[in-house]
Amino acid sequence: MFENLTEKLNSAFKKLKGHGVLSEKNIEKGLKQVRMALLEADVNYKVVKKVISDIKDRSIGQEVMDSLSPAQQVIKIVKEEFTSMMGSAHMDFNVHGKLQSSIMLIGLQGSGKTTTAGKIAFYLRKKGKKPYLVPVDVYRPAAIDQLKKVGANLDIPVFSSTIDMKPLYICQKAEKLAIEQGYDTLIIDTAGRLHINEELMGELLQLKQGINPSEILFVADAMTGQDAVNIAKSFDKTIDFTGVILTKMDGDARGGAALSIKAVTGKPLKFIGVGEKATAFEPFHPDRMASRILGMGDTLSFIEKAQDALDQKQAKELEKKLRKNQFTLEDFKNQIASVKKMGSIKDLLSMLPGINKKQLNKLNFDDKEFVRIEAIINSMTGQERRFHKIINASRKKRIAKGSGVSVQNVNKLLKSYTHTLKMVKKINKGGMRSLKSMLPF
Amino acid sequence: MVLNLFKKKKKSREKSSGVFKKLIQGLSKTKNFLFTDIDNFFSKKRAIDENLLEEIEEILIMSDIGIEITDFIMKKISKKSKKLASADELKELLKQELLSLFPEKSDKSNELIPSKPHVIMVVGVNGTGKTTTLGKLAIRYTLQGKKVMIAAADTFRAAAIEQLEIWAKRANASIIKHKEGSDPAAVAFDSVGAAIARDIDVLLIDTAGRLHTQKNLMNELKKIKLCCEKKLKQPPQEILMTIDATTGQNGLSQAKLFHEYIGITDIALTKLDGTSKGGIVACIAKNMNIPIKYIGVGESIEDLQDFDAKLFVNALFE
Ligand SMILES: Nc1nc2c(ncn2[C@@H]2O[C@H](COP(=O)(O)OP(=O)(O)OP(=O)(O)O)[C@@H](O)[C@H]2O)c(=O)[nH]1
Ligand SMILES: [Mg+2]
Repeated sequence: MFENLTEKLNSAFKKLKGHGVLSEKNIEKGLKQVRMALLEADVNYKVVKKVISDIKDRSIGQEVMDSLSPAQQVIKIVKEEFTSMMGSAHMDFNVHGKLQSSIMLIGLQGSGKTTTAGKIAFYLRKKGKKPYLVPVDVYRPAAIDQLKKVGANLDIPVFSSTIDMKPLYICQKAEKLAIEQGYDTLIIDTAGRLHINEELMGELLQLKQGINPSEILFVADAMTGQDAVNIAKSFDKTIDFTGVILTKMDGDARGGAALSIKAVTGKPLKFIGVGEKATAFEPFHPDRMASRILGMGDTLSFIEKAQDALDQKQAKELEKKLRKNQFTLEDFKNQIASVKKMGSIKDLLSMLPGINKKQLNKLNFDDKEFVRIEAIINSMTGQERRFHKIINASRKKRIAKGSGVSVQNVNKLLKSYTHTLKMVKKINKGGMRSLKSMLPF
Repeated sequence: MVLNLFKKKKKSREKSSGVFKKLIQGLSKTKNFLFTDIDNFFSKKRAIDENLLEEIEEILIMSDIGIEITDFIMKKISKKSKKLASADELKELLKQELLSLFPEKSDKSNELIPSKPHVIMVVGVNGTGKTTTLGKLAIRYTLQGKKVMIAAADTFRAAAIEQLEIWAKRANASIIKHKEGSDPAAVAFDSVGAAIARDIDVLLIDTAGRLHTQKNLMNELKKIKLCCEKKLKQPPQEILMTIDATTGQNGLSQAKLFHEYIGITDIALTKLDGTSKGGIVACIAKNMNIPIKYIGVGESIEDLQDFDAKLFVNALFE
């Protein structure tokens, strides 16, 4: 749905190339594109207005640098502005180094609190904590059961609330029990509620005053639209929460709500949810979020994920190859094993700048096909792997036979591969210079 | 306030029908929150100028209708606005443009097609309100004297089956369930069989929430639909997708992909009792020509209403 902002800006700034200073007039078109991109990403209208005017102020009068195109220069300013708006480094939960602490999760219905409760518990246990899950959603049918099951699956203890108990009573009782049993961190899963429901907002306040949590986290859906501002503001006004968690980030939402929420509450975004499993939980990185909102992909995450799975040297090698358009079928195959560890290849590619969804959808491979892909590439000669163009019909037949697949499958693989190549080329052509400044190498 | 204009109508509406009471209540909560800064917005005295147009643009964008449709509408009305005398007239024009985004309502949309069982599969992204909407629907049909069955084809999410059982009890409907973690398509298949055998009027199938971008899960949904079809000898009569009113531009992507995989017949816009306007459904209706059938305005059984484009459009300005 979204074209790449860099491309749009490039065309908006075509005339500007290489000379002069940025002025109100010559950046107008470009800023319009930035504005569109932000609105498409669900950044709140008023926040967009403010951001655009800030960017304008910062841009005007700047000389167009030799090393950057005007578009890249504006993007750089936009990105810096965004990153600074969204906070600096990642912030962990404020529970470490404490004897006894509690984290309370709050938010709208369906925003992902219960799943997040499980994830936090899992994360904290890995850090050496002894978490205790406390369900206080006595309203939604089977909400308590849900957290109990989440806890059971992760082997994390859950307080046995029942629907006839009062939320504050549950928390106080759980706190006592936790101390007795040696659990050091309470994770309190509250019922989803509307920010305009005074009675239920009052209940939250009561919980806050009664148990004085070390963290109150506002859990928000990454797909939230313009109203994120009102919602976050009201929760913050009543409860004064300490941080934000953005859920369902594994989807294709651009997540402009992150910026809106930060802008109106000033509270740090701490973690993001990227899937339904307990492990699908990552620290929040402002710079990456900035890229994502702008539709510029997520170069850093890509490189970092790759680094996690490959070793450092391999990652550098891969990066070099990507840059030099020397990504052969052989490399393709070598990546597969590591990619398998990293998650879906589409996820990975979607993090690269310059790739839009349409292209990605054309790239039609399922993760289950990895095994088949490996087999096919194994049946190729070294030369074929290095120069895929020599693979003609008879070679295809041989490869298909060797790997026990149909010629169609071989074709499909080659198509996927050439698509990947094309995308890589495009990235290299388009934003290499700006990309360079973003890469840690 | 803005909305002086609507006041008269609102009162009569409040009086005349209890059905919309909840909606009005929800919406009146909204009012003070959003547009306090645009007093006298559409007043008769107000001239049509740049400011007014900008404020209209703001309202449209803030409703999540999307920049594309906003631009489209703004172009249309600013062209025509030159001939208009006051903001008041402009508002009517604007409302007409907004209304035309929605597909024509077919009269039959709320009647059951008389084939038995009438199967409704409820689908959507995680947490958008599938189970709740299904529960409310079950009650609605029971109250109409229909024999209702519910199928627990969300076998994935923790306690999803327990949640649905509570709704089945509330609705006085029978429930077909397998164990947690079992094949959802098998549940659907069995439920259709049972519905046929027990002479059920309406079968409601709950499915697990899933992100539209998850290929394997979307294929699973396709399989659930096919299994129903196999047993029913026709596809489920309704595939109802829930969209959360707080959703922004991503809603279009959700609807597109769900439609691509299994073909959506209607949409239920949930959680409209908050302060979000749910404008994304206008964008979906316009782009995909899928009717919006219901709105959810709360968490209890009576909080499901038929979608009314006029009320919806009016609410954008309240
Ligand atoms: N305020 C309000 N809350 C709603 C509405 N519809 C559903 N909810 C709430 O939203 C939350 C999620 O609803 P569910 O019906 O469980 O959503 P679901 O789509 O079945 O969720 P999963 O199966 O977990 O994907 C619950 O807390 C519901 O009570 C509505 O119209 N208004
Ligand atoms: Mg459900």
